[in-house]
Amino acid sequence: MSKDIIEVNNLNTYFDDHHVLKNINTSIKSNSVTALIGPSGCGKSTFLRTINRMNDLIPSFRKEGEIYYDGKELYDPSVDVVDLRQKIGMVFQKANPFPKSIRDNVAYGLKIHGEDDESKIDKIVEKSLKAAALWDEVEHKIDESALGLSGGQQQRLCIARTIAVQPDVILMDEPCSALDPISTTKIEDLIHELKKNYTIIIVTHNMQQATRVSKYTSFFLNGEIIESGLTDDIFLHPSQEETENYITGRFG
Amino acid sequence: MSNNLETVNRSDNMMKYVFWGLGIITILILIVIIGYILINGVPHINWEFLTTAPKDSGASGGIYPMIISTIYVTFIAVLIATPIAVLSAVYLYEYAGDNLFVHLIRFCTETLASLPSIIYGLFGLAFFVEFMHLGWCVLSASLTLALMAIPTIMRTSQNALEAVPPAYREGSLGLGATRWQTIVNVILPAAIPGIVTGIILGMARAIEETAAIMYTVGSSIAAPVTVFDPARPLPLHLYMLATEGISLENTFATATVLIVMILGITFITNYIVDRYQKKMMGE
Repeated sequence: MSKDIIEVNNLNTYFDDHHVLKNINTSIKSNSVTALIGPSGCGKSTFLRTINRMNDLIPSFRKEGEIYYDGKELYDPSVDVVDLRQKIGMVFQKANPFPKSIRDNVAYGLKIHGEDDESKIDKIVEKSLKAAALWDEVEHKIDESALGLSGGQQQRLCIARTIAVQPDVILMDEPCSALDPISTTKIEDLIHELKKNYTIIIVTHNMQQATRVSKYTSFFLNGEIIESGLTDDIFLHPSQEETENYITGRFG
Repeated sequence: MSNNLETVNRSDNMMKYVFWGLGIITILILIVIIGYILINGVPHINWEFLTTAPKDSGASGGIYPMIISTIYVTFIAVLIATPIAVLSAVYLYEYAGDNLFVHLIRFCTETLASLPSIIYGLFGLAFFVEFMHLGWCVLSASLTLALMAIPTIMRTSQNALEAVPPAYREGSLGLGATRWQTIVNVILPAAIPGIVTGIILGMARAIEETAAIMYTVGSSIAAPVTVFDPARPLPLHLYMLATEGISLENTFATATVLIVMILGITFITNYIVDRYQKKMMGE
């Protein structure tokens, strides 16, 4: 049994007066994939963005309760957001490579964290692209713009970019929602590889995807976690009626 | 129903021709103006005209010192205006947020952009030439022109920053970059084509300006060496040749050189920006 890397106690979040997440209590196991499912607007993405403090960018955001990462409260004043986001990386819904070369995209995180040894950067770039199963496709055009890649390649590049800075946790916000089935399969295979070294939390609207990639699942509804547990249990024997209704496609 | 559709189609077609016609008129006006100046100016341009100083107040001789003055004054003006304008735009868009102070700054910039240039000229005379004791010189003129160019460059830069996809910002911050690192490494490079367009617009405003420099640059016929020397940029020379009826041929020839310089700068920068953008977008 792997240990809990993230623990959430009585988490409530607000945008102005809008109460988005209500009394969230959950934990995330390390080196495994946890899927967050639920209808649009139920708070999954907000939860994800609370974990690496991306919501800090929104002035009206407010949070109560605690999130512990490796035993430390994430919103503690002593926590450096820059360090935190390096440890907890994020892959976004729409692939967002920078308008730079493929190499510079992967090297970006290293450079901003002060790495300037070019040969070391080259090694990490290659390693990261290989880990993201993209190296063979881009090896010959590593200095061309990343915006010339296909959507699926761009998303794998964004994953390579994230793992280049050696995070512990990778948050994925519907990483396949804009991709075709073949690219989706590639990303899912990649997730299976990555979970050996990283803790992955993935938001998905695709029930099959949740069952394929994740070991644990949390079902969100109206800002609350209705049910959490092993993915197999949730999908085969949901204990709550809402969960069953959702996963069988009766709403959402 | 079909009747109705026909009427709609007919009026749609008619409007198409109206817009087409209006477009043609705009192009024609431009061609007529530039064509008229070129036809009257080009025959009087030769190597000597471009490389020697004027004689007899410009009735004969060339305009070499004026070309140097124009480049000098415009270059210094852009050099002063660009960092101020671009950094202000970055501050307004990335840091300031949305409050009364920001609205006030926006209002002031828009007002500044619409002030007549002669007002800038008078201010330059009172402030730079007299109060700061800079005298009539390249620097006084450049500072005055910089003030004029700042609102233009700032506004365009701000639009360019706003056009950068928010996803770039999130991607960078999500990797643990600070706000400043994100601006320098991701936002500004992506906004550069737009910012350069703004600088060109500001430069175009500065290079063609007469009223604002009339009171600040002096009217020396010698080419300036330091920024404290007086000078006589092309528009001012043109103005003097025309109003004092010195030489109509040389007036048109000077105008031609000015037009060619502006077109040249515009084409070259467009070409460079285009190449940069294509490289960035992977085309």
